[in-house]
Amino acid sequence: MHEIAQIPWGVSLAYLAAGVLFILALRGLSSPATSRRGNRMGMIGMAIAVATTLYTHDVVSLPEIIGAIVIGGGIGFIIARRIAMTDMPQLVAAFHSLVGMAAVLVGAAAFLNPGAFGILDVVTGEIHNASRIEMGLGVAIGAITFSGSVIAFLKLNGNMSGKPIMLPARHLINLGTLAAILGLIGYFVTDQSPWIFWTVTALSFIIGFLLIIPIGGADMPVVVSMLNSYSGWAAAAMGFTLGNSAMIITGALVGSSGAILSYIMCKAMNRSFISVIAGGFGADAGSAGAGGPVIDRAYKRGSAEDAAFLMKQADSVIIVPGYGMAVSQAQHALREMGDLLKAEGVKVKYAIHPVAGRMPGHMNVLLAEANVSYDEVFELEDINSEFAQADVAFVIGANDVTNPAAKTDKSSPIYGMPILDVANAKSVLFVKRSMGGAGYAGVDNEVFYMDNTMMLLADAKKMVEEIVKGLAH
Amino acid sequence: MDFISILSVFVLACFVGYYVVWSVTPALHTPLMAVTNAISSVIIVGALVASAEAGSAAAKYLGLLAVVFASVNIFGGFAVTERMLAMYKKKERK
Repeated sequence: MHEIAQIPWGVSLAYLAAGVLFILALRGLSSPATSRRGNRMGMIGMAIAVATTLYTHDVVSLPEIIGAIVIGGGIGFIIARRIAMTDMPQLVAAFHSLVGMAAVLVGAAAFLNPGAFGILDVVTGEIHNASRIEMGLGVAIGAITFSGSVIAFLKLNGNMSGKPIMLPARHLINLGTLAAILGLIGYFVTDQSPWIFWTVTALSFIIGFLLIIPIGGADMPVVVSMLNSYSGWAAAAMGFTLGNSAMIITGALVGSSGAILSYIMCKAMNRSFISVIAGGFGADAGSAGAGGPVIDRAYKRGSAEDAAFLMKQADSVIIVPGYGMAVSQAQHALREMGDLLKAEGVKVKYAIHPVAGRMPGHMNVLLAEANVSYDEVFELEDINSEFAQADVAFVIGANDVTNPAAKTDKSSPIYGMPILDVANAKSVLFVKRSMGGAGYAGVDNEVFYMDNTMMLLADAKKMVEEIVKGLAH
Repeated sequence: MDFISILSVFVLACFVGYYVVWSVTPALHTPLMAVTNAISSVIIVGALVASAEAGSAAAKYLGLLAVVFASVNIFGGFAVTERMLAMYKKKERK
């Protein structure tokens, strides 16, 4: 049995080294050039943490442990190899759920065998008071991460409708459940009965489920980041229980990373975190536009040949990709289009809105997959002023992030959201499946009806392939 | 470690995390999520303790299951991050 105080200093140093390597792993991501070295450091850190743990415990079940690592590792490796880049948001949500579940299992194991974790009070033979709170919180956060991520996965993967599901009195139910969880964790300090521990676990699974079902598909970037943050806090709470610095450092890193990403996403939508969590956004998408019911407004419809001709004549084209590009897997055709335009001497750039897609950085990964050089891809604030000088803005599968109503219409649900000023370009080509469906916010977009806009109504990938054909001859 | 030193490590790490993550370029936010996913599976340390120590058969099996889950994440997370990062290329000018 291991008393925390007896951990030799070399072991603590090893865990500290693992923590520092994890910090360096994130630091590497400040630029694509250093990112792969950073990732390797993360791997080394993990190897150190695992090896140190196995080395310092009287391992009675090494074959089983190695078997478990091989099985899990094999599954993970195969998934990582096979997954399509467009499915990355689902994959990340699924991975979050595993971290959450692992935290719950570790918490449960610590409760059943506290001696192994060195959290028993030598005098009373009961679990330390502080450990009970840490354990309770760790299990609760882990369970919320698990069930929340499962719902996020189902929504992102299309197994469940992306539409918000609204229960009556859901705020009351949610707040009541949260209060019950916190109250029980507090009570756990005075009474170590198993029923309290298991009730906390069960209620946390339920609240994770309840919290995510009312949140619509378009708010998923925030949800995925938020669950990322939770998985970190769960690891940190378990780190407190074990007095393990590698776990605490990592938990804090991941927790703040997810929190910052949620903040960036909320800011990019001009929405408060609370309003996202409260859910329901996009519930009546398509029914109530800002300008009232929109019927039969005049717009110009163009063909692929028109678009190819227009872009061939242009000096500069800025491409604005959105979730629609991911859905129709148009990124490869799009890169081909870009290459042909560049061969014609056209300057091609890509403009990415922070909330384009279903997770932070989603569009960047897809463009990178299609071999678009990352120095052609720009963030909103770096490129927005260039639309005014651009000949063509080519919008593909994005909508709300280009809507000028965000600047002009105070009654619009997206008012205040920073947008890409595609309307400033000399002409706008807007690839969209049909005129019917508005964006996630259910708001009509003035850009559709401008004189210099040409609507290209088709599946994004088919349309781009047609344009490529048009450019080729 | 006593509670206060653990808490100090935690609070300082939060600050480090705050500054490090703000310096991550937005283009790499998806790999950031994948790699934070992988490293948060350092929770495997707890799972290993549970499955390694004698004392409770139930705890051992819960621990082993947690080892499986965390390993999926560790190998999957790092591998998928590596795969994504390999795609970020700068094209040589012709």
